[in-house]
Amino acid sequence: MADLATNKKCMFFRRMLVLNLILFALTPAGRAQDVNLIVQKIRMKLDQVRSYEASAMIKTNVSFLKVPESKVKVYFRQPDKIRIKNETGISLIPKGALVISLNGLLHGEFAAIDAGKDTVRGIQTRVIKLIPSDDKTPWVIASIYVDERLMLIMKTKTTTKESGTYEISLKYGKYASWALPDQIICSFNTRDYKLPKGITFDYDDGTRKQVEKTIRDEKGTVEILYTSYEINKIIPDQVFDN
Amino acid sequence: MWTLLKIELFKIFRRPRTYIGFGAITIIILIIQVGLKFDGESYLELMMGGINDTFDIPYHLILNGYLVAFIILNTLLIHLPLLVALVAGDVVAGEANMGTLRLIMAKPFSRTQWMVAKFMSSVIYTILLLTWMAILALLVSIAIFGTNDMLIARSSGIEQLQKADILWRYLSAFGFAAVALSTVAALGFFMSVLAENSIGPIVSTISIVIVLTILSEMKIPIYDQHVKPFLFTSHMLAWKGFFYSKADANGMVIRGSIENISSIIKSLLILLVYITGFVTAGIYIFRKKDILT
Repeated sequence: MADLATNKKCMFFRRMLVLNLILFALTPAGRAQDVNLIVQKIRMKLDQVRSYEASAMIKTNVSFLKVPESKVKVYFRQPDKIRIKNETGISLIPKGALVISLNGLLHGEFAAIDAGKDTVRGIQTRVIKLIPSDDKTPWVIASIYVDERLMLIMKTKTTTKESGTYEISLKYGKYASWALPDQIICSFNTRDYKLPKGITFDYDDGTRKQVEKTIRDEKGTVEILYTSYEINKIIPDQVFDN
Repeated sequence: MWTLLKIELFKIFRRPRTYIGFGAITIIILIIQVGLKFDGESYLELMMGGINDTFDIPYHLILNGYLVAFIILNTLLIHLPLLVALVAGDVVAGEANMGTLRLIMAKPFSRTQWMVAKFMSSVIYTILLLTWMAILALLVSIAIFGTNDMLIARSSGIEQLQKADILWRYLSAFGFAAVALSTVAALGFFMSVLAENSIGPIVSTISIVIVLTILSEMKIPIYDQHVKPFLFTSHMLAWKGFFYSKADANGMVIRGSIENISSIIKSLLILLVYITGFVTAGIYIFRKKDILT
């Protein structure tokens, strides 16, 4: 009889423990630990790459810019140094896009909050909101969309202090095991384009009769297509100098 | 004909007035180059029209020889007609003023031959002036500022030309500018036939160019639609069209393309019609003219 009572007690405590664990997992504190674990895993994956030099093509699509595709070299070194160099010409890079690279986001002190789930290009992702603890961080809030199966960031949305909001979409291919994307599309808000008439280099050829308009508050995109990476290559300091 | 042309060129380059243009161009270009060398970035910030709020602008790369040459051409090519008028307005009237016209007409060549040689010498002077400007504006700027892609500010936005896609555009633009300035030379030549002294044709050519340039630049609809398309001064600026390129569906610049080639050809033809008109009218009037001096 005593054994039966002890067994019943044990069963009760086990059930209670399981129930407590389930409840704990459902509480914000439990989920917070969960997202912190995800962030930690992503950090570990990103930390495999101490530096890289990548060859890439850059395409800029902004309503008031008519620019050619250009070949660039992208240099990166831990923790958050990044530089895009056009070896043969000029590339216009959106302000803040470099500051908000994945390493830039995930290295530093911040609070991670679970923001549910969302689908990115047909893939179920976990949305994690990041709020920086340091006032000097150039961004104020960021959302990362994580493919939990591969532990890869599929999308980020970052609001910066000075340069507006950036949405970065990442596609992975042969460098997915290093968490390095094959393609990045960065969308951002563009400011007004205004030019004093006296300094434009325009002439009226008689064909463009539409009223000149000021282009304002439109979305622009910059697409970077990576063709190759040289991972953990030593990058000299002067590469990151202006 | 060649002998006549050599004589006329000798006359032009013997006059100190001929070198005013070369001197003025040299001084202005050097002033612009020195200014841009020391404070070019402030000028570029203004030129970028606020896109530096959105983009990191590599000003040190943008301020290169190709852009400096483009800035110089935009500043100077509108004033170069005045320097051309100084010589072209004097070619025939100068002879009348000095009293050498009767003596020259006694030589064994036709009036038409002499007039063609006169006009050709004005055109050669114009081309030499333009070449001097090209050397200073392009080659010296490249030597000082180096080369890179060129960013052009337009009212609709900023356009970028790749380094390897620029030089042929300059050569085409200088070729077009030679025709455009030859139109002014033809006008000066025509005015020169009508007068007996040099000052009148020079001042009247300059005045006509100034008045028509103002009309070309005014945005009054009635002039824009009915007058501007017929003014040669409106078409003289079409050299800029060589620096505007086409874009594909994604907004990417198509290398080696010209945005509106038909407009440039149309402007070129209109200028050639003007040149032919002025020269023919000048020769016709001169052939009928009683030469009394």
